[in-house]
Amino acid sequence: MKVRTVNYIFRQGLTGLWRNRTMSIASIGTVAATLIILGLVITLVLNISNLADLAQMQFDEIQVYLKDDLFIAEIDNIGKEIRMIEGVSDVIYESKEEALEKFKESWGEEGYLLDGLEKNTLPNSYIVQMDNLELADSIVKDLEPLKGIDEIKYYKEIVDELLKAAKFVRTIGLIIILILILVAIFIISNTIKLTLSSRRQEIGIMKNVGATNWFIRWPFLFEGVLLGLIGSIVSIMVVYYGYQYAFNAITSRFYLMLSTYIVSVDEMMKKTVYIFAVLGVGVGALGSIFSLRRHLKV
Amino acid sequence: MIELHNVTKTYLKGVQALVNINLKIEREEFIFLVGPSGAGKTTCVKLILKEEEPTEGSIFIDGQDVTRLSRRKVPYHRRNIGVVFQDFRLLPNKTVYENIAFAMQIIEATSKDIRRRVPMVLGMVGLSDKAASYPYQLSGGEKQRTSIARAIVNNPSILIADEPTGNLDPETAWEIMKVLKQINRRGTTVIMATHARNIVDTMQQRVVALEKGRIVRDEQRGAYEYEG
Ligand SMILES: Nc1ncnc2c1ncn2[C@@H]1O[C@H](COP(=O)(O)OP(=O)(O)OP(=O)(O)O)[C@@H](O)[C@H]1O
Ligand SMILES: [Mg+2]
Repeated sequence: MKVRTVNYIFRQGLTGLWRNRTMSIASIGTVAATLIILGLVITLVLNISNLADLAQMQFDEIQVYLKDDLFIAEIDNIGKEIRMIEGVSDVIYESKEEALEKFKESWGEEGYLLDGLEKNTLPNSYIVQMDNLELADSIVKDLEPLKGIDEIKYYKEIVDELLKAAKFVRTIGLIIILILILVAIFIISNTIKLTLSSRRQEIGIMKNVGATNWFIRWPFLFEGVLLGLIGSIVSIMVVYYGYQYAFNAITSRFYLMLSTYIVSVDEMMKKTVYIFAVLGVGVGALGSIFSLRRHLKV
Repeated sequence: MIELHNVTKTYLKGVQALVNINLKIEREEFIFLVGPSGAGKTTCVKLILKEEEPTEGSIFIDGQDVTRLSRRKVPYHRRNIGVVFQDFRLLPNKTVYENIAFAMQIIEATSKDIRRRVPMVLGMVGLSDKAASYPYQLSGGEKQRTSIARAIVNNPSILIADEPTGNLDPETAWEIMKVLKQINRRGTTVIMATHARNIVDTMQQRVVALEKGRIVRDEQRGAYEYEG
Protein backbone atom coordinates (compact mmCIF):
# COMPACT_ATOMS: atom_id res chain seq x y z
CA MET A 1 0.00 0.00 0.00
CA LYS A 2 1.22 3.46 -0.83
CA VAL A 3 2.27 5.90 1.87
CA ARG A 4 -0.27 8.51 0.79
CA THR A 5 -3.01 5.90 0.94
CA VAL A 6 -2.02 4.94 4.49
CA ASN A 7 -2.05 8.63 5.29
CA TYR A 8 -5.50 8.97 3.84
CA ILE A 9 -6.81 5.96 5.76
CA PHE A 10 -5.44 7.29 9.06
CA ARG A 11 -6.91 10.72 8.53
CA GLN A 12 -10.32 9.39 7.52
CA GLY A 13 -10.35 6.92 10.42
CA LEU A 14 -9.55 9.62 12.96
CA THR A 15 -12.11 11.99 11.45
CA GLY A 16 -14.77 9.30 11.74
CA LEU A 17 -13.80 8.66 15.34
CA TRP A 18 -14.08 12.34 16.17
CA ARG A 19 -17.29 12.96 14.25
CA ASN A 20 -19.26 10.42 16.30
CA ARG A 21 -17.59 11.19 19.61
CA THR A 22 -20.42 9.93 21.79
CA MET A 23 -20.64 6.58 20.08
CA SER A 24 -16.86 6.32 19.97
CA ILE A 25 -16.70 6.79 23.72
CA ALA A 26 -19.45 4.22 24.22
CA SER A 27 -17.53 1.75 22.05
CA ILE A 28 -14.24 2.36 23.81
CA GLY A 29 -16.01 2.04 27.15
CA THR A 30 -17.58 -1.31 26.28
CA VAL A 31 -14.34 -2.73 24.99
CA ALA A 32 -12.53 -1.48 28.10
CA ALA A 33 -15.21 -2.87 30.42
CA THR A 34 -15.08 -6.25 28.69
CA LEU A 35 -11.32 -6.43 28.99
CA ILE A 36 -11.29 -5.20 32.59
CA ILE A 37 -13.63 -8.02 33.54
CA LEU A 38 -11.44 -10.36 31.56
CA GLY A 39 -8.53 -8.98 33.59
CA LEU A 40 -10.41 -9.72 36.78
CA VAL A 41 -11.06 -13.29 35.71
CA ILE A 42 -7.47 -13.78 34.60
CA THR A 43 -6.27 -12.37 37.93
CA LEU A 44 -8.43 -14.79 39.87
CA VAL A 45 -7.66 -17.80 37.73
CA LEU A 46 -3.92 -17.10 37.63
CA ASN A 47 -3.74 -16.63 41.37
CA ILE A 48 -5.81 -19.67 42.16
CA SER A 49 -3.72 -21.83 39.84
CA ASN A 50 -0.63 -20.31 41.34
CA LEU A 51 -1.87 -21.28 44.77
CA ALA A 52 -2.62 -24.75 43.50
CA ASP A 53 0.92 -25.02 42.11
CA LEU A 54 2.41 -23.93 45.39
CA ALA A 55 0.18 -26.34 47.24
CA GLN A 56 1.39 -29.10 44.98
CA MET A 57 4.99 -28.25 45.73
CA GLN A 58 4.47 -28.14 49.46
CA PHE A 59 2.18 -31.07 49.81
CA ASP A 60 3.75 -33.43 47.35
CA GLU A 61 3.92 -36.25 49.86
CA ILE A 62 1.57 -38.83 51.23
CA GLN A 63 1.75 -39.50 54.93
CA VAL A 64 1.05 -43.11 55.92
CA TYR A 65 0.36 -43.54 59.66
CA LEU A 66 1.04 -47.01 60.98
CA LYS A 67 -0.79 -48.92 63.66
CA ASP A 68 0.80 -48.82 67.12
CA ASP A 69 1.15 -52.55 67.75
CA LEU A 70 3.50 -53.59 64.95
CA PHE A 71 6.84 -55.39 65.22
CA ILE A 72 9.87 -53.84 63.61
CA ALA A 73 9.88 -56.55 60.94
CA GLU A 74 6.32 -55.79 60.06
CA ILE A 75 7.11 -52.08 59.76
CA ASP A 76 10.07 -52.86 57.47
CA ASN A 77 7.85 -55.09 55.41
CA ILE A 78 5.29 -52.37 54.89
CA GLY A 79 8.08 -50.02 53.85
CA LYS A 80 9.24 -52.52 51.21
CA GLU A 81 5.72 -52.97 49.91
CA ILE A 82 5.20 -49.23 49.63
CA ARG A 83 8.46 -48.86 47.73
CA MET A 84 7.17 -51.31 45.14
CA ILE A 85 4.09 -49.29 44.34
CA GLU A 86 4.24 -47.64 40.94
CA GLY A 87 4.90 -43.93 41.01
CA VAL A 88 6.56 -43.88 44.41
CA SER A 89 9.93 -42.19 44.19
CA ASP A 90 11.02 -42.36 47.80
CA VAL A 91 9.83 -43.62 51.16
CA ILE A 92 11.11 -42.18 54.44
CA TYR A 93 10.42 -43.72 57.80
CA GLU A 94 9.55 -41.39 60.63
CA SER A 95 9.38 -42.97 64.06
CA LYS A 96 7.04 -41.65 66.71
CA GLU A 97 10.07 -40.19 68.54
CA GLU A 98 11.17 -38.29 65.46
CA ALA A 99 7.62 -37.13 64.93
CA LEU A 100 7.52 -35.73 68.46
CA GLU A 101 10.86 -34.00 67.93
CA LYS A 102 9.50 -32.37 64.79
CA PHE A 103 6.33 -31.42 66.56
CA LYS A 104 8.30 -29.78 69.34
CA GLU A 105 10.37 -27.89 66.83
CA SER A 106 7.26 -26.55 65.20
CA TRP A 107 6.15 -25.19 68.53
CA GLY A 108 9.43 -23.38 68.87
CA GLU A 109 9.87 -21.54 72.18
CA GLU A 110 6.87 -23.28 73.69
CA GLY A 111 8.24 -26.71 72.74
CA TYR A 112 9.26 -27.42 76.33
CA LEU A 113 5.57 -27.69 77.21
CA LEU A 114 5.54 -31.03 75.41
CA ASP A 115 8.31 -32.39 77.63
CA GLY A 116 5.70 -33.06 80.27
CA LEU A 117 3.82 -35.53 78.13
CA GLU A 118 3.56 -38.92 79.80
CA LYS A 119 3.18 -40.90 76.67
CA ASN A 120 4.02 -40.21 73.04
CA THR A 121 0.68 -40.62 71.28
CA LEU A 122 2.05 -39.77 67.85
CA PRO A 123 2.16 -42.72 65.41
CA ASN A 124 5.06 -44.16 63.49
CA SER A 125 4.70 -43.21 59.86
CA TYR A 126 6.06 -43.47 56.36
CA ILE A 127 6.37 -40.37 54.23
CA VAL A 128 5.80 -41.37 50.63
CA GLN A 129 7.16 -39.19 47.89
CA MET A 130 5.79 -39.36 44.35
CA ASP A 131 7.18 -38.89 40.89
CA ASN A 132 4.15 -36.87 39.99
CA LEU A 133 1.23 -35.50 41.94
CA GLU A 134 -1.23 -36.80 39.36
CA LEU A 135 -0.36 -40.31 40.61
CA ALA A 136 -1.53 -39.56 44.14
CA ASP A 137 -4.92 -41.15 43.66
CA SER A 138 -3.62 -44.42 42.26
CA ILE A 139 -0.88 -44.64 44.87
CA VAL A 140 -3.39 -44.10 47.66
CA LYS A 141 -5.56 -46.83 46.16
CA ASP A 142 -2.59 -49.20 46.21
CA LEU A 143 -1.76 -48.25 49.78
CA GLU A 144 -5.21 -48.85 51.21
CA PRO A 145 -5.21 -52.68 51.12
CA LEU A 146 -1.86 -52.93 52.93
CA LYS A 147 -2.09 -54.40 56.43
CA GLY A 148 -0.90 -52.44 59.46
CA ILE A 149 -1.83 -49.03 58.14
CA ASP A 150 -3.93 -46.82 60.39
CA GLU A 151 -4.55 -43.75 58.25
CA ILE A 152 -3.44 -42.24 54.97
CA LYS A 153 -3.24 -38.49 54.66
CA TYR A 154 -2.55 -36.59 51.51
CA TYR A 155 -3.18 -33.11 50.20
CA LYS A 156 -4.49 -33.66 46.75
CA GLU A 157 -7.88 -32.76 48.10
CA ILE A 158 -6.79 -29.19 48.75
CA VAL A 159 -5.27 -28.90 45.31
CA ASP A 160 -8.39 -30.38 43.78
CA GLU A 161 -10.58 -27.83 45.50
CA LEU A 162 -8.38 -25.01 44.25
CA LEU A 163 -8.36 -26.31 40.71
CA LYS A 164 -12.12 -26.72 40.84
CA ALA A 165 -12.52 -23.12 42.00
CA ALA A 166 -10.24 -21.91 39.20
CA LYS A 167 -12.25 -23.86 36.67
CA PHE A 168 -15.50 -22.45 37.98
CA VAL A 169 -14.27 -18.86 37.85
CA ARG A 170 -12.90 -19.48 34.38
CA THR A 171 -16.15 -20.93 33.04
CA ILE A 172 -18.42 -18.24 34.47
CA GLY A 173 -15.92 -15.56 33.48
CA LEU A 174 -15.67 -16.82 29.92
CA ILE A 175 -19.44 -16.82 29.53
CA ILE A 176 -19.70 -13.24 30.79
CA ILE A 177 -16.80 -12.16 28.60
CA LEU A 178 -18.27 -13.84 25.55
CA ILE A 179 -21.51 -11.94 26.05
CA LEU A 180 -19.61 -8.69 26.60
CA ILE A 181 -17.55 -9.27 23.48
CA LEU A 182 -20.74 -9.65 21.47
CA VAL A 183 -22.09 -6.44 23.00
CA ALA A 184 -18.84 -4.65 22.18
CA ILE A 185 -18.91 -5.89 18.59
CA PHE A 186 -22.51 -4.74 18.29
CA ILE A 187 -21.79 -1.26 19.63
CA ILE A 188 -18.72 -0.83 17.47
CA SER A 189 -20.60 -1.95 14.39
CA ASN A 190 -23.24 0.67 15.17
CA THR A 191 -20.59 3.36 15.53
CA ILE A 192 -19.14 2.41 12.17
CA LYS A 193 -22.63 2.45 10.72
CA LEU A 194 -22.98 6.09 11.79
CA THR A 195 -19.72 7.00 10.12
CA LEU A 196 -20.82 5.10 7.04
CA SER A 197 -24.09 6.99 6.81
CA SER A 198 -22.37 10.35 7.31
CA ARG A 199 -20.14 9.42 4.37
CA ARG A 200 -22.81 8.00 2.05
CA GLN A 201 -22.28 10.66 -0.58
CA GLU A 202 -18.53 10.40 -0.47
CA ILE A 203 -18.71 6.63 -0.83
CA GLY A 204 -21.07 6.98 -3.80
CA ILE A 205 -18.61 9.27 -5.55
CA MET A 206 -15.72 6.98 -4.68
CA LYS A 207 -17.51 4.03 -6.28
CA ASN A 208 -18.35 6.03 -9.39
CA VAL A 209 -14.81 7.23 -9.83
CA GLY A 210 -13.47 3.70 -9.40
CA ALA A 211 -11.98 3.49 -5.94
CA THR A 212 -11.22 -0.14 -5.12
CA ASN A 213 -13.37 -1.84 -2.54
CA TRP A 214 -10.53 -2.07 -0.08
CA PHE A 215 -9.70 1.58 -0.51
CA ILE A 216 -13.28 2.37 0.50
CA ARG A 217 -13.33 -0.13 3.37
CA TRP A 218 -9.96 0.56 4.99
CA PRO A 219 -10.80 3.81 6.78
CA PHE A 220 -13.81 2.17 8.44
CA LEU A 221 -11.85 -0.89 9.36
CA PHE A 222 -9.14 1.33 10.78
CA GLU A 223 -11.72 3.30 12.78
CA GLY A 224 -13.02 0.07 14.34
CA VAL A 225 -9.54 -1.19 15.09
CA LEU A 226 -8.69 2.16 16.66
CA LEU A 227 -11.77 1.99 18.88
CA GLY A 228 -10.78 -1.49 20.02
CA LEU A 229 -7.16 -0.50 20.55
CA ILE A 230 -8.00 2.55 22.64
CA GLY A 231 -10.40 0.41 24.65
CA SER A 232 -7.67 -2.12 25.30
CA ILE A 233 -5.17 0.56 26.31
CA VAL A 234 -7.68 1.95 28.80
CA SER A 235 -8.28 -1.52 30.21
CA ILE A 236 -4.57 -2.30 30.43
CA MET A 237 -4.06 0.85 32.47
CA VAL A 238 -7.01 0.14 34.74
CA VAL A 239 -5.91 -3.46 35.30
CA TYR A 240 -2.28 -2.46 35.84
CA TYR A 241 -2.98 0.21 38.43
CA GLY A 242 -5.85 -1.72 39.97
CA TYR A 243 -3.80 -4.87 40.35
CA GLN A 244 -0.81 -3.00 41.65
CA TYR A 245 -3.00 -1.32 44.24
CA ALA A 246 -4.60 -4.58 45.32
CA PHE A 247 -1.26 -6.39 45.35
CA ASN A 248 0.33 -3.75 47.56
CA ALA A 249 -2.66 -3.60 49.84
CA ILE A 250 -2.70 -7.36 50.35
CA THR A 251 1.01 -8.00 50.63
CA SER A 252 2.20 -4.99 52.61
CA ARG A 253 -0.63 -4.25 54.95
CA PHE A 254 -2.32 -7.45 55.89
CA TYR A 255 -0.63 -10.66 55.00
CA LEU A 256 3.02 -10.21 54.25
CA MET A 257 3.54 -13.92 54.01
CA LEU A 258 0.95 -14.12 51.28
CA SER A 259 3.19 -12.28 48.84
CA THR A 260 4.74 -15.48 47.57
CA TYR A 261 1.31 -16.87 46.83
CA ILE A 262 0.24 -13.92 44.67
CA VAL A 263 1.30 -13.47 41.07
CA SER A 264 3.43 -10.32 40.79
CA VAL A 265 2.20 -7.26 38.92
CA ASP A 266 4.82 -7.55 36.19
CA GLU A 267 4.15 -11.21 35.60
CA MET A 268 0.43 -10.52 35.51
CA MET A 269 0.86 -7.73 32.93
CA LYS A 270 3.25 -9.80 30.83
CA LYS A 271 0.54 -12.41 30.53
CA THR A 272 -2.33 -10.04 29.80
CA VAL A 273 -1.06 -7.15 27.66
CA TYR A 274 -0.93 -9.15 24.44
CA ILE A 275 -4.27 -10.84 25.08
CA PHE A 276 -5.86 -7.44 25.67
CA ALA A 277 -4.34 -5.80 22.61
CA VAL A 278 -5.23 -8.70 20.33
CA LEU A 279 -8.77 -8.96 21.71
CA GLY A 280 -9.36 -5.21 21.52
CA VAL A 281 -8.14 -4.97 17.96
CA GLY A 282 -10.01 -8.14 17.00
CA VAL A 283 -13.29 -6.94 18.47
CA GLY A 284 -12.88 -3.58 16.72
CA ALA A 285 -12.10 -5.17 13.39
CA LEU A 286 -15.01 -7.62 13.68
CA GLY A 287 -17.40 -4.82 14.59
CA SER A 288 -16.50 -2.81 11.53
CA ILE A 289 -16.46 -5.86 9.26
CA PHE A 290 -20.02 -6.71 10.34
CA SER A 291 -21.09 -3.16 9.72
CA LEU A 292 -19.41 -2.98 6.32
CA ARG A 293 -20.97 -6.27 5.28
CA ARG A 294 -24.42 -5.08 6.20
CA HIS A 295 -24.31 -1.45 5.21
CA LEU A 296 -21.72 -1.04 2.48
CA LYS A 297 -22.39 -2.69 -0.81
CA VAL A 298 -19.40 -2.52 -3.06
CA MET B 1 -16.39 1.36 -28.33
CA ILE B 2 -19.55 0.42 -26.46
CA GLU B 3 -21.83 -2.38 -27.64
CA LEU B 4 -25.10 -3.56 -26.14
CA HIS B 5 -26.23 -6.98 -27.38
CA ASN B 6 -29.89 -7.93 -26.83
CA VAL B 7 -29.88 -6.24 -23.47
CA THR B 8 -32.99 -6.62 -21.32
CA LYS B 9 -33.31 -5.22 -17.83
CA THR B 10 -36.20 -6.29 -15.66
CA TYR B 11 -36.24 -4.81 -12.16
CA LEU B 12 -37.30 -6.86 -9.17
CA LYS B 13 -40.98 -6.02 -9.28
CA GLY B 14 -41.23 -7.06 -12.91
CA VAL B 15 -40.72 -3.55 -14.28
CA GLN B 16 -39.25 -3.88 -17.75
CA ALA B 17 -36.87 -0.92 -17.93
CA LEU B 18 -35.09 -2.05 -21.10
CA VAL B 19 -36.25 -4.60 -23.66
CA ASN B 20 -33.88 -6.27 -26.12
CA ILE B 21 -31.63 -3.26 -26.73
CA ASN B 22 -29.01 -3.42 -29.46
CA LEU B 23 -26.76 -0.39 -29.59
CA LYS B 24 -23.29 0.34 -30.85
CA ILE B 25 -21.43 3.51 -29.91
CA GLU B 26 -18.14 4.21 -31.65
CA ARG B 27 -15.04 5.66 -30.12
CA GLU B 28 -15.10 9.49 -29.86
CA GLU B 29 -18.76 9.65 -30.76
CA PHE B 30 -21.18 12.18 -29.21
CA ILE B 31 -24.58 10.68 -28.63
CA PHE B 32 -27.83 11.83 -27.08
CA LEU B 33 -30.06 9.37 -25.27
CA VAL B 34 -33.56 10.84 -25.30
CA GLY B 35 -37.03 9.71 -24.33
CA PRO B 36 -39.84 10.43 -21.93
CA SER B 37 -39.49 9.94 -18.21
CA GLY B 38 -39.24 6.24 -17.35
CA ALA B 39 -38.04 5.31 -20.86
CA GLY B 40 -34.91 3.64 -19.44
CA LYS B 41 -32.16 6.21 -20.01
CA THR B 42 -30.75 6.11 -16.48
CA THR B 43 -31.01 2.33 -16.46
CA CYS B 44 -28.90 2.28 -19.60
CA VAL B 45 -26.25 4.42 -17.89
CA LYS B 46 -26.28 2.20 -14.80
CA LEU B 47 -25.78 -0.92 -16.89
CA ILE B 48 -22.77 0.56 -18.66
CA LEU B 49 -21.29 1.59 -15.29
CA LYS B 50 -22.05 -1.89 -13.95
CA GLU B 51 -24.13 -0.41 -11.15
CA GLU B 52 -26.86 -2.77 -12.32
CA GLU B 53 -26.64 -6.10 -14.11
CA PRO B 54 -28.64 -6.77 -17.27
CA THR B 55 -31.26 -9.49 -16.88
CA GLU B 56 -30.33 -10.74 -20.33
CA GLY B 57 -27.79 -9.89 -22.98
CA SER B 58 -24.24 -8.61 -22.76
CA ILE B 59 -22.41 -5.29 -22.80
CA PHE B 60 -19.00 -4.89 -24.37
CA ILE B 61 -16.68 -1.98 -23.76
CA ASP B 62 -13.57 -1.98 -25.93
CA GLY B 63 -14.14 -5.67 -26.58
CA GLN B 64 -14.39 -6.58 -22.88
CA ASP B 65 -17.65 -8.22 -21.76
CA VAL B 66 -18.58 -6.03 -18.80
CA THR B 67 -21.23 -8.45 -17.53
CA ARG B 68 -18.52 -11.06 -16.96
CA LEU B 69 -16.19 -8.70 -15.14
CA SER B 70 -15.14 -9.98 -11.72
CA ARG B 71 -16.00 -7.81 -8.74
CA ARG B 72 -12.36 -6.94 -8.23
CA LYS B 73 -12.08 -5.52 -11.71
CA VAL B 74 -15.18 -3.33 -11.55
CA PRO B 75 -13.35 -0.32 -10.06
CA TYR B 76 -10.83 -0.38 -12.90
CA HIS B 77 -13.67 -0.57 -15.39
CA ARG B 78 -15.23 2.52 -13.79
CA ARG B 79 -12.00 4.47 -13.97
CA ASN B 80 -12.43 4.32 -17.71
CA ILE B 81 -15.80 6.09 -17.49
CA GLY B 82 -16.48 9.56 -16.13
CA VAL B 83 -19.98 10.30 -14.88
CA VAL B 84 -21.83 13.60 -14.49
CA PHE B 85 -25.15 13.78 -12.67
CA GLN B 86 -28.05 16.17 -12.77
CA ASP B 87 -27.60 16.95 -9.05
CA PHE B 88 -23.80 17.54 -9.33
CA ARG B 89 -22.96 15.37 -6.28
CA LEU B 90 -20.19 17.60 -4.97
CA LEU B 91 -18.88 17.18 -1.45
CA PRO B 92 -20.04 20.28 0.44
CA ASN B 93 -17.09 20.44 2.84
CA LYS B 94 -14.49 20.44 0.08
CA THR B 95 -13.47 23.27 -2.24
CA VAL B 96 -13.73 23.00 -6.02
CA TYR B 97 -10.08 22.07 -6.15
CA GLU B 98 -10.43 19.48 -3.38
CA ASN B 99 -13.52 17.95 -4.94
CA ILE B 100 -11.63 17.35 -8.15
CA ALA B 101 -8.44 16.26 -6.41
CA PHE B 102 -10.50 13.79 -4.37
CA ALA B 103 -11.30 11.84 -7.54
CA MET B 104 -7.58 11.43 -8.12
CA GLN B 105 -6.71 10.65 -4.51
CA ILE B 106 -9.07 7.72 -4.36
CA ILE B 107 -7.44 6.03 -7.30
CA GLU B 108 -4.13 6.60 -5.54
CA ALA B 109 -2.68 9.17 -7.95
CA THR B 110 0.58 10.80 -6.90
CA SER B 111 0.29 14.30 -5.43
CA LYS B 112 2.57 15.47 -8.21
CA ASP B 113 0.06 14.24 -10.79
CA ILE B 114 -2.77 15.82 -8.82
CA ARG B 115 -1.05 19.21 -8.69
CA ARG B 116 -0.48 19.06 -12.43
CA ARG B 117 -3.78 17.63 -13.55
CA VAL B 118 -6.39 19.49 -11.44
CA PRO B 119 -5.50 23.03 -12.63
CA MET B 120 -5.50 21.68 -16.16
CA VAL B 121 -9.08 20.39 -16.06
CA LEU B 122 -10.17 23.49 -14.14
CA GLY B 123 -8.89 25.46 -17.12
CA MET B 124 -10.71 23.17 -19.55
CA VAL B 125 -14.07 23.82 -17.90
CA GLY B 126 -13.28 27.51 -17.32
CA LEU B 127 -13.19 27.46 -13.52
CA SER B 128 -9.61 28.39 -12.81
CA ASP B 129 -10.63 31.37 -10.70
CA LYS B 130 -13.05 29.35 -8.54
CA ALA B 131 -10.60 26.71 -7.36
CA ALA B 132 -10.80 27.82 -3.72
CA SER B 133 -14.59 28.23 -3.59
CA TYR B 134 -16.90 25.87 -1.76
CA PRO B 135 -19.91 24.39 -3.60
CA TYR B 136 -22.38 26.67 -1.76
CA GLN B 137 -20.52 29.66 -3.17
CA LEU B 138 -21.04 28.49 -6.77
CA SER B 139 -23.79 29.03 -9.32
CA GLY B 140 -25.56 25.98 -10.77
CA GLY B 141 -23.49 26.12 -13.94
CA GLU B 142 -20.27 26.35 -11.97
CA LYS B 143 -21.27 23.41 -9.85
CA GLN B 144 -21.97 21.36 -12.94
CA ARG B 145 -18.65 22.37 -14.49
CA THR B 146 -16.92 21.29 -11.31
CA SER B 147 -18.63 17.95 -11.53
CA ILE B 148 -17.59 17.62 -15.19
CA ALA B 149 -14.03 18.49 -14.27
CA ARG B 150 -14.10 15.77 -11.64
CA ALA B 151 -15.51 13.28 -14.16
CA ILE B 152 -12.71 13.87 -16.66
CA VAL B 153 -9.78 14.45 -14.33
CA ASN B 154 -8.71 10.81 -14.47
CA ASN B 155 -8.75 10.90 -18.26
CA PRO B 156 -11.57 8.42 -18.93
CA SER B 157 -12.19 7.39 -22.51
CA ILE B 158 -15.95 7.66 -21.99
CA LEU B 159 -17.95 10.48 -20.38
CA ILE B 160 -21.54 9.77 -19.42
CA ALA B 161 -23.79 12.66 -18.42
CA ASP B 162 -27.26 11.87 -17.05
CA GLU B 163 -29.35 15.01 -17.57
CA PRO B 164 -26.44 17.33 -16.85
CA THR B 165 -28.50 20.39 -17.74
CA GLY B 166 -31.66 19.34 -15.94
CA ASN B 167 -31.22 21.79 -13.08
CA LEU B 168 -29.88 24.68 -15.10
CA ASP B 169 -31.41 27.62 -16.92
CA PRO B 170 -31.15 27.51 -20.74
CA GLU B 171 -28.21 29.87 -21.00
CA THR B 172 -26.15 28.01 -18.41
CA ALA B 173 -27.16 24.75 -20.05
CA TRP B 174 -25.51 25.96 -23.25
CA GLU B 175 -22.29 26.70 -21.42
CA ILE B 176 -22.28 23.13 -20.23
CA MET B 177 -22.96 21.83 -23.74
CA LYS B 178 -19.98 23.79 -25.03
CA VAL B 179 -17.78 22.19 -22.40
CA LEU B 180 -19.04 18.72 -23.22
CA LYS B 181 -18.57 19.24 -26.94
CA GLN B 182 -15.03 20.43 -26.33
CA ILE B 183 -14.25 17.37 -24.26
CA ASN B 184 -15.65 15.25 -27.08
CA ARG B 185 -13.41 17.03 -29.59
CA ARG B 186 -10.38 16.07 -27.51
CA GLY B 187 -11.25 12.45 -28.13
CA THR B 188 -13.59 11.38 -25.35
CA THR B 189 -16.76 9.45 -26.17
CA VAL B 190 -19.71 11.40 -24.73
CA ILE B 191 -23.10 9.90 -23.91
CA MET B 192 -25.68 12.34 -22.68
CA ALA B 193 -29.15 11.39 -21.45
CA THR B 194 -31.47 14.37 -21.67
CA HIS B 195 -34.95 15.84 -21.93
CA ALA B 196 -33.67 19.12 -23.34
CA ARG B 197 -35.32 19.23 -26.74
CA ASN B 198 -33.79 22.43 -28.08
CA ILE B 199 -30.28 21.36 -27.13
CA VAL B 200 -30.66 18.07 -28.97
CA ASP B 201 -32.18 19.78 -31.98
CA THR B 202 -29.47 22.40 -32.19
CA MET B 203 -26.45 20.18 -31.58
CA GLN B 204 -27.11 17.99 -34.64
CA GLN B 205 -25.55 14.84 -33.15
CA ARG B 206 -26.51 11.21 -33.15
CA VAL B 207 -29.81 10.70 -31.27
CA VAL B 208 -30.99 7.41 -29.79
CA ALA B 209 -34.61 7.64 -28.67
CA LEU B 210 -35.98 5.25 -26.07
CA GLU B 211 -39.59 4.64 -25.30
CA LYS B 212 -40.87 2.17 -22.74
CA GLY B 213 -37.50 0.48 -22.74
CA ARG B 214 -37.17 0.04 -26.51
CA ILE B 215 -35.10 1.92 -29.05
CA VAL B 216 -37.65 3.64 -31.28
CA ARG B 217 -35.21 5.73 -33.28
CA ASP B 218 -31.47 5.96 -33.90
CA GLU B 219 -30.38 8.79 -36.21
CA GLN B 220 -27.14 10.49 -37.10
CA ARG B 221 -27.59 14.29 -36.85
CA GLY B 222 -31.03 13.70 -35.36
CA ALA B 223 -33.62 15.80 -33.62
CA TYR B 224 -35.48 15.22 -30.35
CA GLU B 225 -38.63 14.16 -32.19
CA TYR B 226 -39.82 13.60 -35.73
CA GLU B 227 -41.15 16.72 -37.33
CA GLY B 228 -44.92 16.79 -37.74
N1 LIG C 1 -34.17 0.33 -8.85
C1 LIG C 1 -35.33 0.20 -9.52
N2 LIG C 1 -36.23 -0.71 -9.11
C2 LIG C 1 -37.38 -0.89 -9.79
N3 LIG C 1 -37.72 -0.19 -10.85
C3 LIG C 1 -36.86 0.75 -11.31
C4 LIG C 1 -35.63 0.99 -10.67
N4 LIG C 1 -34.97 1.96 -11.31
C5 LIG C 1 -35.79 2.32 -12.34
N5 LIG C 1 -36.91 1.60 -12.34
C6 LIG C 1 -38.00 1.67 -13.32
O1 LIG C 1 -37.44 1.42 -14.60
C7 LIG C 1 -38.01 2.27 -15.56
C8 LIG C 1 -36.95 3.08 -16.27
O2 LIG C 1 -36.34 3.96 -15.34
P1 LIG C 1 -35.16 4.94 -15.71
O3 LIG C 1 -34.71 5.58 -14.45
O4 LIG C 1 -34.17 4.21 -16.49
O5 LIG C 1 -35.89 6.01 -16.62
P2 LIG C 1 -35.33 7.36 -17.24
O6 LIG C 1 -35.47 7.23 -18.69
O7 LIG C 1 -33.98 7.65 -16.71
O8 LIG C 1 -36.38 8.40 -16.66
P3 LIG C 1 -36.13 9.94 -16.27
O9 LIG C 1 -36.13 10.70 -17.55
O10 LIG C 1 -37.33 10.28 -15.45
O11 LIG C 1 -34.87 10.02 -15.51
C9 LIG C 1 -39.01 3.15 -14.81
O12 LIG C 1 -40.29 2.56 -14.99
C10 LIG C 1 -38.59 3.04 -13.38
O13 LIG C 1 -39.70 3.15 -12.52
MG1 LIG D 1 -33.17 9.19 -15.49
